[in-house]
Amino acid sequence: MNRAAIDIWVGLFVAAAFAGLLFLAMKVGNLASFSTAQTYQVQAKFANIGGLKVRAPIKSAGVVVGRVADVRFDNESYEAIVTFNLDSRFQFPRDTAAKVLTSGLLGEQYVGLEAGGDGVMLKGGDRLRLTQSAVVLENLISQFLFNKAAEDKDAKETK
Amino acid sequence: MAGPSIVEIEGVSFGYEAARPVLHGVNMRIPRGKVVGIMGQSGCGKTTLLRIIGGSRRPGSGSARVLGTPVNELDGAELYALRRKMGMLFQFGALFTDMTVYENVAFPMREHTDLPPDMVHDLVLMKLEAVGLRGASRLMPSELSGGMARRVALARAIALDPQLIMYDEPFTALDPISLGAVARLIRLLNDSLGATSIVVTHDVAETLPFVDYVYFMADGRVVAEGPPDEVVSASEPFVGQFVNGRLDGPVPFHFPAPGYGADLGLAGTA
Amino acid sequence: MVAKLKDVLGHLGGAVTARIWRLGFASRFFGYMLLHSGTALRRFGLTIREIYFAGVLSLIIILVSGLFVGMVLALQGYETLQRYGSSEALGILVALSLVRELGPVVAGLLFASRAGSAITAEIGLMKATEQIAAMEMMAVDPIARVVAPRFWAGVISMPLLAVLFSAMGIFGGYLVGVQLIGVDEGAFWSQMQAAVDVREDILNGVIKSVVFGVAVTWIAVFEGYDAQPTAEGVSSATTRTVVTSSLAILALDFVLTALMFTGGNAR
Repeated sequence: MNRAAIDIWVGLFVAAAFAGLLFLAMKVGNLASFSTAQTYQVQAKFANIGGLKVRAPIKSAGVVVGRVADVRFDNESYEAIVTFNLDSRFQFPRDTAAKVLTSGLLGEQYVGLEAGGDGVMLKGGDRLRLTQSAVVLENLISQFLFNKAAEDKDAKETK
Repeated sequence: MAGPSIVEIEGVSFGYEAARPVLHGVNMRIPRGKVVGIMGQSGCGKTTLLRIIGGSRRPGSGSARVLGTPVNELDGAELYALRRKMGMLFQFGALFTDMTVYENVAFPMREHTDLPPDMVHDLVLMKLEAVGLRGASRLMPSELSGGMARRVALARAIALDPQLIMYDEPFTALDPISLGAVARLIRLLNDSLGATSIVVTHDVAETLPFVDYVYFMADGRVVAEGPPDEVVSASEPFVGQFVNGRLDGPVPFHFPAPGYGADLGLAGTA
Repeated sequence: MVAKLKDVLGHLGGAVTARIWRLGFASRFFGYMLLHSGTALRRFGLTIREIYFAGVLSLIIILVSGLFVGMVLALQGYETLQRYGSSEALGILVALSLVRELGPVVAGLLFASRAGSAITAEIGLMKATEQIAAMEMMAVDPIARVVAPRFWAGVISMPLLAVLFSAMGIFGGYLVGVQLIGVDEGAFWSQMQAAVDVREDILNGVIKSVVFGVAVTWIAVFEGYDAQPTAEGVSSATTRTVVTSSLAILALDFVLTALMFTGGNAR
């Protein structure tokens, strides 16, 4: 193997690897969409965030408009403080509601934003007032059982 | 011996392991411009001595001076600077198997000098011509015969015109023609380069004719030394057995063993 | 009885101490090699040559294995996912498995067996035929000239090979999932893009493969350099390279995965 041939092959090898990396980044990963957009931060407090994780998507009308940046616990109000990174392209009114929703039936959790009607828009550092916590499966089941027990009791009494 | 010494070995003792010393207080002088042979059986310490001269090993005690500098006290850059004035031919050549003959001989030049490629080209071909292998410059070591590989290694050893050339068993496994060629080349190159050569070998017949001085070693000690004809005719029993290939003498034929009869289990023997 | 027990413990202790001593020696060797990497980086042609022998010549096995691994992932994944009606998540399954884990790890294991063992054998043989000693006598540092270029070549080649493995695997998954089985092509790619993050997944996978490259190549050059200069010595050194590298890859994979992929939620 002479020098020139070796150099050509190594060059091809490195080029192919970079092409592969580009393919992975653009076609496979989300480089094309989000990471380099400008963002502004807002916060929201939730009684229960369920399984919400950092980097979870924030969607409005089903479209991803941001990502969860940080999750903290407020030791005074015993609530969760979640920080959102919202894409600067999208403005939301001050009275926008944030809900913790589940994708699919048992899928991963994300934040859904429902725009309000206020004329003033949110800016960086603002706090969302209206929040709805995650649905916790155990509470749902105990609620269902409780309701079922109450129905049966009523049914028995009316007999 | 008269003349300045290129190598001076004084009281050198060495052992690869503390419990088994290989050299015991060896003294040697290698004068400038001479070809000196170091002879002895396998395991008598002669290759180890070469390693000490080359600085690969440090003696347990004593000193080894090459070109005036104590080799055993050098390390790193100083040792490498000294080694550039030495050339060594290893037992089976030790050519770099992934390079051609040309590249092997050019290796020391390319590593240690900034000579332009055409100068390197001329020098390499000159060295190869000196050993008679200029036409083989494009071959790979695997395509060479043993004798040819040895000669290429010789060309490589003299690539930078060293002042001291060392040969570690250069005649091993060579056919008579190659043997003769290598022996003649050792003498020829030494004289034409004005260098000093040390030949470690146990090939008596080929070596005695062309060396200027000879050291005989046994069990890590020098047992005889002198110009070839003097030493051979002297009465040292080891030399007599070694040179003439006698079965028994100072080096016994039988490995130490208990009584023969007792081993065979014969009755009445201890 | 007690004497025998003592004997066994003594041997065990000796084996452990010997291994620790060897690890120390290997670390010093590593440090020396890093310090003397100047030649390998200045005369980059040497390193490029080794990249050819370690990286380019491993391409075939990496690409083919990547393709097959991706195809099998799609097959197996589809079987399980479609039971929960989530067969559109096939793209996510294939991509994340490859980019986060299988790409670096399997490519690392293949690299260790093919290139790692070749490096060990080469250096070991050079030692056995006195080429290393000859180089030293010619005042050329063999670690700088022979060992360091091979080390850097391995470190450079490893992430490149892992990326190609993952890319081929995803392509294989696409072939089987979309073309063969019939999963919706749009869903396949869009779900994958939504789930695979360039920083979290791809970059971490690349970091893993760099770490594996360092580990495998270090082991390979050290075992070669430290081999006994005989035929059996070189052969057992080669075996040791493959075994130790594989174990190192799997152990490091665990540590790195724990650090990278669960760190977020372990708080």
